[in-house]
Amino acid sequence: MQEPAITPDLIASHGLSPDEYARILQIVGREPSFTELGIFSAMWNEHCSYKSSKKWLRTLPTTGPQVICGPGENAGVVDIGDGQAVVFKMESHNHPSYIEPYQGAATGMGGILRDVFTMGARPVAAMNSLSFGEPSHPKTRQLVNGVVEGIGGYGNCFGVPTVGGEVRFDPAYNGNCLVNAFAAGLADADKIFYSAASGVGMPVVYLGAKTGRDGVGGATMASAEFDDTIEEKRPTVQVGDPFTEKRLMEATLELMQTGAVISIQDMGAAGLTCSAVEMGDKGNLGVRLDLENVPVREEAMTAYEMMLSESQERMLMVLRPELETEAKAVFDKWDLDFAIVGETVAEDRFLVLYNGEVKADLPLKTLAGTAPEYDRPWVETPCAPPLAEVPAVDPIDGLRALITSPNYAAKEWVYTQYDTMVMADTVRIPGIGAGIIRVHGTDKALAFTSDVTPRYVKANPVEGGKQAVAEAYRNLSAVGAKPLATTDNLNFGNPEKPEIMGQFVGAIKGIGEAVAALDMPIVSGNVSLYNETDGAAILPTPTIGAVGLIDSLEGIIGCDVRDGHVALVLGETTGHLGQSALLAEVYNRIEGDAPPVDLALEKAHGDFIRANRAHIKACTDLSDGGLALAAFEMAEAAGVGLCLEAGDTATLFGEDQGRYLIACNFDQAEALMIAANTAGVTLQTVGKFTGDTVWLGHASAPLAELSATFRESFANAVA
Amino acid sequence: MHAAVVVFPGSNCDRDLAVAFEAAGAKVSKVWHKDTEIPQGVDIIGIPGGFSFGDYLRCGAIAAKSPICGSVAAHAQRGGYVLGICNGFQVLTETGLLPGVLLRNAGLKYICKTVGLKVETSASAYTEGYNAGDTVNIPIAHHDGNYFADDETIARLQGEDRVAFTYTETPNGAKADIAGILSDNRRVLGLMPHPERAADADHGGTDGQALFRALTGALSAPVT
Repeated sequence: MQEPAITPDLIASHGLSPDEYARILQIVGREPSFTELGIFSAMWNEHCSYKSSKKWLRTLPTTGPQVICGPGENAGVVDIGDGQAVVFKMESHNHPSYIEPYQGAATGMGGILRDVFTMGARPVAAMNSLSFGEPSHPKTRQLVNGVVEGIGGYGNCFGVPTVGGEVRFDPAYNGNCLVNAFAAGLADADKIFYSAASGVGMPVVYLGAKTGRDGVGGATMASAEFDDTIEEKRPTVQVGDPFTEKRLMEATLELMQTGAVISIQDMGAAGLTCSAVEMGDKGNLGVRLDLENVPVREEAMTAYEMMLSESQERMLMVLRPELETEAKAVFDKWDLDFAIVGETVAEDRFLVLYNGEVKADLPLKTLAGTAPEYDRPWVETPCAPPLAEVPAVDPIDGLRALITSPNYAAKEWVYTQYDTMVMADTVRIPGIGAGIIRVHGTDKALAFTSDVTPRYVKANPVEGGKQAVAEAYRNLSAVGAKPLATTDNLNFGNPEKPEIMGQFVGAIKGIGEAVAALDMPIVSGNVSLYNETDGAAILPTPTIGAVGLIDSLEGIIGCDVRDGHVALVLGETTGHLGQSALLAEVYNRIEGDAPPVDLALEKAHGDFIRANRAHIKACTDLSDGGLALAAFEMAEAAGVGLCLEAGDTATLFGEDQGRYLIACNFDQAEALMIAANTAGVTLQTVGKFTGDTVWLGHASAPLAELSATFRESFANAVA
Repeated sequence: MHAAVVVFPGSNCDRDLAVAFEAAGAKVSKVWHKDTEIPQGVDIIGIPGGFSFGDYLRCGAIAAKSPICGSVAAHAQRGGYVLGICNGFQVLTETGLLPGVLLRNAGLKYICKTVGLKVETSASAYTEGYNAGDTVNIPIAHHDGNYFADDETIARLQGEDRVAFTYTETPNGAKADIAGILSDNRRVLGLMPHPERAADADHGGTDGQALFRALTGALSAPVT
């Protein structure tokens, strides 16, 4: 087949700038072949190369005594004691999900699950953080339904419980939804598998599903802004097959036990190209591929297509040759492809042959290591003007406005579509706060949360970045967990715009300060830029996924609110209404500064909750919606009425940080008061849980009526 | 009691079922779908939940043709016990060991939540730990759990006291609210809810424990 000539148009359509092409010419010393151009475009796009973000990602704290492996591998690895480790990561699948919601979201799940089991860990928990346009936008309903079904369709079949997540709506996501998928797995700390190849002449083995034309150029697509031609990009979205993924997981974990695996890498974005180059680069080796041995499911595939295909459920492995028979037997058992497609070579070379014909011959180290890196110009986000006066609201009207909005309504419609209980270790399903699973066969538990308040980040990237981490810290602390580590999924607009780059730089600064102060280092993550349509950017959305450890099931703070329990608030309430949910939902005003975050106070309050968990019957952090929403949610979950003394708007709906709502009996409240006094933290009684009415100051409504609104609003808005 | 748990490549509740059997005191062997024989001395075969072969089209249809299913049928025909949960129930209807079929949920969505079940009969090794009329809370997790059979079959099941469980409020459109049914010799039970997810106080409650305990009690005595 005649390969296209390399023209400026072809170069541009590969997302490569003229400068970048000049650099390619310098590296190759000749005009690249069509396949080589494809390989460069795959390696150098934003999605794979982090060329705009790398400089700033390096500033994040990534180490600590609990960290076994930080960023750079398929997923982060953290010690949980007793020789065990939790392996986790969060990754975006935004662009594909907007174009084809079911398959985009499904393959997002597939990708993140693969990242986890490639490291030798069996996935045990999943979460997803979803951001959609306003509910009335004509595309929103289709996206919500498709994305939720896609996540469920993949995760439920694969067999991993979804234990948490977030769903938000804002007009800023009208043309660009966000789908951030998180997965965590368990492994023995001394049996983690990495991607660095070792040994010359070792067979490179292709595992899993066959290669098709789906997803060719997907990573490049995900590195560009959208415009009205987006429908044309539908063929670049991959199609998921969770049944094959499940078999690939079982086969991979079984294969690892045979001792045959030297190194392993999943084929994600930019498929065969990225995985082969990464294994060679990390092992300081070259790689030769013989494409005629690649299992294909379509006829007449070219070298270019095979190298750039993003067909799902595939892995690349460097094999111990003496164990080939044992290794192949495992894949035969699971009816999956197992093909030797190349070998490691001593020289620094990425040689791609197809029926003996050279399709690409590039210096591997240079290809991997000299991806462009940009220090993009950026401007600091200006300080928000002070908040103009906020008129008082009838407290029940305020609460009703929040729980009628799909942003703050119960998310049951979403999470009942996910299997939340498979593996029979789920201690707490999604609903309020962090999800919890038991570490199978032990008395330990892991807690998971995913948080960010994009409105805050837009108003004040530094405080907003801190807040996302602080909220994750609080959600883990509120169930009695000790936060261990963090994964970040940084979703922003076009980094070539200085104000967007300024948001990114600010958020990284805030996140970095917070994870350092709260001792929850970043161990993995993903950056998604160019989330813009027709020049309009999304809200800056640095999603924080965090994992905490609970050393015994007895130490879990439950959700056991009873009639007569006292309601206490830990932390100072000043009534910060800037960028609050109330302001947005009731007054349609997006104004003021984000609430400031005091990291030392966050730490002190989290420690207080953990130290006194025996006295706490239920606990939740106060976040957007403030005291009124948190107290209502807690009461609603228990089916008990609520009586809060305060009736003023700022106290009920202010979003001051560092606060928790606690429910306990009178004796326990006394004990907590004494403990708070000793610890020097602010703890106040704010009301009690009782009866079947919700009282906010002097306003009231029947719990049953509010509860019905709370549970029906989400489906009413988008189902 | 010796239980065999069948593992299809897409089973994902096989471990959960094995754990629940073991917690009730049973010995458990896992049996691969390509095997053709059930181990000696097995009292009951469990067919677990999951997506046996991806189940993109008709749930359980491919599994019903797998090598092990011949032995499962032979075991049932010899009067052996077979418990099919969720996908296992779908496999049992596809093999013809139980009547009817599981259609897509009436709401067309996958549903995972804990639901109320009414125990319709205590006259089986599976349900003798309950009283007929008891309400128990057991999780469901399925996309295709909408039980359907013709009116005559439903009437026969009801007339022969073979409806083991009904939903207190049907979540999936099941005919006659049917959640689980017994074979005519009362030794094969298929049900959509997951009792193995309600057999542990730290996970999903304990309302499913009585099923496993009753089974172990009944099958520890020699089968007659």
